[in-house]
Amino acid sequence: MTDIKAEIDVLPGLDSSARLLEVEGLHVEFRTQVGIARAINGVDLHLDPGETLAILGESGCGKSVTAQAIMGILDTPPGFVTGGAIRYRGVDLLKLPEEQRRRVRANHVAMIFQDALSALNPVFPVGWQIAELFRVHRGMSRQDARKRSIELLDLVKIPAARQRINDYPHQFSGGMRQRVMIAMALALDPKVLIADEPTTALDVTVQAQIMNLLAELRRERNMGLILITHDMGVVADVADRISVMYAGKVVEEAPVLDIYARPAHPYTKALLESIPRLDLKGQQLNVIKGLPPNLTRIPAGCPFHPRCAYARDVCRADPSPPQYEVDPARTARCHFWTEVVGDEPAVK
Amino acid sequence: MSQPSSNEVVLETHELVKHFPITRGIVFQKKIGAVRAVDGVDLQLRRGETLGVVGESGCGKSTLAKLLVGLEKPTSGAINVRGQDMTRLSGGELRKARRNIQMVLQDPYTSLNPRMTVGDIIGEPFDIHPEVVPAAERKQRVRELLDLVGLNPEHINRYPHQFSGGQRQRIGIARALALKPEIIVCDEPVSALDVSIQAQVINLLERLQDELGLSYIFIAHDLSVVRHIADRVAVMYLGKVVEIGVEDEIYERPTHPYTQALLSAVPVPDPTLRGQRDQIVLEGDVPSPANPPSGCRFRTRCWKAQDICASQEPALADREHSAHPSACHFAEERDVVHAVE
Repeated sequence: MTDIKAEIDVLPGLDSSARLLEVEGLHVEFRTQVGIARAINGVDLHLDPGETLAILGESGCGKSVTAQAIMGILDTPPGFVTGGAIRYRGVDLLKLPEEQRRRVRANHVAMIFQDALSALNPVFPVGWQIAELFRVHRGMSRQDARKRSIELLDLVKIPAARQRINDYPHQFSGGMRQRVMIAMALALDPKVLIADEPTTALDVTVQAQIMNLLAELRRERNMGLILITHDMGVVADVADRISVMYAGKVVEEAPVLDIYARPAHPYTKALLESIPRLDLKGQQLNVIKGLPPNLTRIPAGCPFHPRCAYARDVCRADPSPPQYEVDPARTARCHFWTEVVGDEPAVK
Repeated sequence: MSQPSSNEVVLETHELVKHFPITRGIVFQKKIGAVRAVDGVDLQLRRGETLGVVGESGCGKSTLAKLLVGLEKPTSGAINVRGQDMTRLSGGELRKARRNIQMVLQDPYTSLNPRMTVGDIIGEPFDIHPEVVPAAERKQRVRELLDLVGLNPEHINRYPHQFSGGQRQRIGIARALALKPEIIVCDEPVSALDVSIQAQVINLLERLQDELGLSYIFIAHDLSVVRHIADRVAVMYLGKVVEIGVEDEIYERPTHPYTQALLSAVPVPDPTLRGQRDQIVLEGDVPSPANPPSGCRFRTRCWKAQDICASQEPALADREHSAHPSACHFAEERDVVHAVE
């Protein structure tokens, strides 16, 4: 089996000393009837093995589109990647022919989705769906593939895996379904796992189970994990680094402790101040005035300026703020980041 | 926010039960069981107070909301609003009583008719209750309502799709306020909204409560939001209230194991507490409400469960180690929110 895998693993230009995943200047637009929606406007990300990178943002900020572009599952049309590079171990995925891209998807980079019920095929048993990966990508026999599927269901701690393998997705609870999807994503031992809001549809007690499982698997396999979420609590619990997105740009990137203690972008600061906290009582909720911008008409200058308390004339004019280096490990796209960092900490 | 609420009880439920029958057969339907969605709930809501109801999906909190506003008929039990049992009313009396208790729905995208203008949506309650506002003044009243919830009264002729999610939820709130109710049942009013918009709607609900003296039943699965807005909190599990008390008692001194597990599972947005919190991870899923466990319904997932839990159902009552009502034989305080190992 290993030699089959080795053969499939070969990608032209694969350099194991290069960075695990690097996104540089990614641009994505959606050409719709009402105009061009610029969903991603120059996103830079990087990921190392064993690391958890959280992409945090509200709906419409482009976090899911970034994931889809990395996976190569963007709906085209209307979505088009118009610029940038996505390098996996030095290989630019955007330049690969579709057949090779398909191999990357299962073997190197895998993804789990928010809604497991609609991500799984309702007319096939879950065991069949997992086994399909082994049959198609590894050329295994039905029997071997089935055996491997049972092992995988065991791995994600589904009780009585041998029996449940014949069940259909609707026969599983929400949490168990999410486990099935994790099993499918991990089937071919990917090096990068992208989890797009994996627990948003789940209850908190089940969310805790799934997040623990993901952390455990990441540690065991030394995978890089990209966690896409809007939940600042989940992020605080699991992330190593955070990229905060707004209107298709990473507005702030920093290690998790720094960002919560001393945010450097007004958007991050406002977000932290607007969430009610379980362990603090009766604090006043700060409100971010206004709405996120319409992606077909992103304001000139800094896209956050109409909602920003720090905004001045320089923010309202192009070009939009560059990536300022806050310290060697963190960046922020705000002209006045020194003021923001210097202000009272957002929490406590 | 905890403001002093008077002791006047505006809403009271007594042994409220809703079972949905499970049937077999198409023409000759035979009842083969029942989903016990709400199974004996006693609640009291005082004037100007917010009662939070929390629990996981399937615990019956949305069915409870529907029962309270009269969208479902209870199997048994009573709902007393100002001394009148809503479940025994019918016809004109019921219609009149319903004015007093209105609802804000979860999803502002599907709960507004896309083919009606905002003015028609907010004014529709006046068509059903024409005696509340004379026809000539309705338009003016709708404008006032729009203004009250922070929308531009000029937008009265727009359609729902022209508004953002947060604005739509404001429309839903204006509609609930149209008949000047005393009680509003909010069923997950902010869970479909982004965090930055969530705060706007929560602040609006709090402002309206202060200005109009409303009482809220606030149903949500987000425990942090409930802590922020509620004066008292009821925790539900499989159709029953397992613990109830003022917000402080539930969050700082929970005594029921389920409440403790639920609170400990909520991630706190503070990375310095990572790995230091007292996290209780429950095994398995919520059992089916069609066939709940005997005795205490939580015993199948509880780490304290003993024989007595299977044979004897614990009543929701004050206990030796619990100053507020808790339905656990072994109720004991445990601060899971602040606990640091």
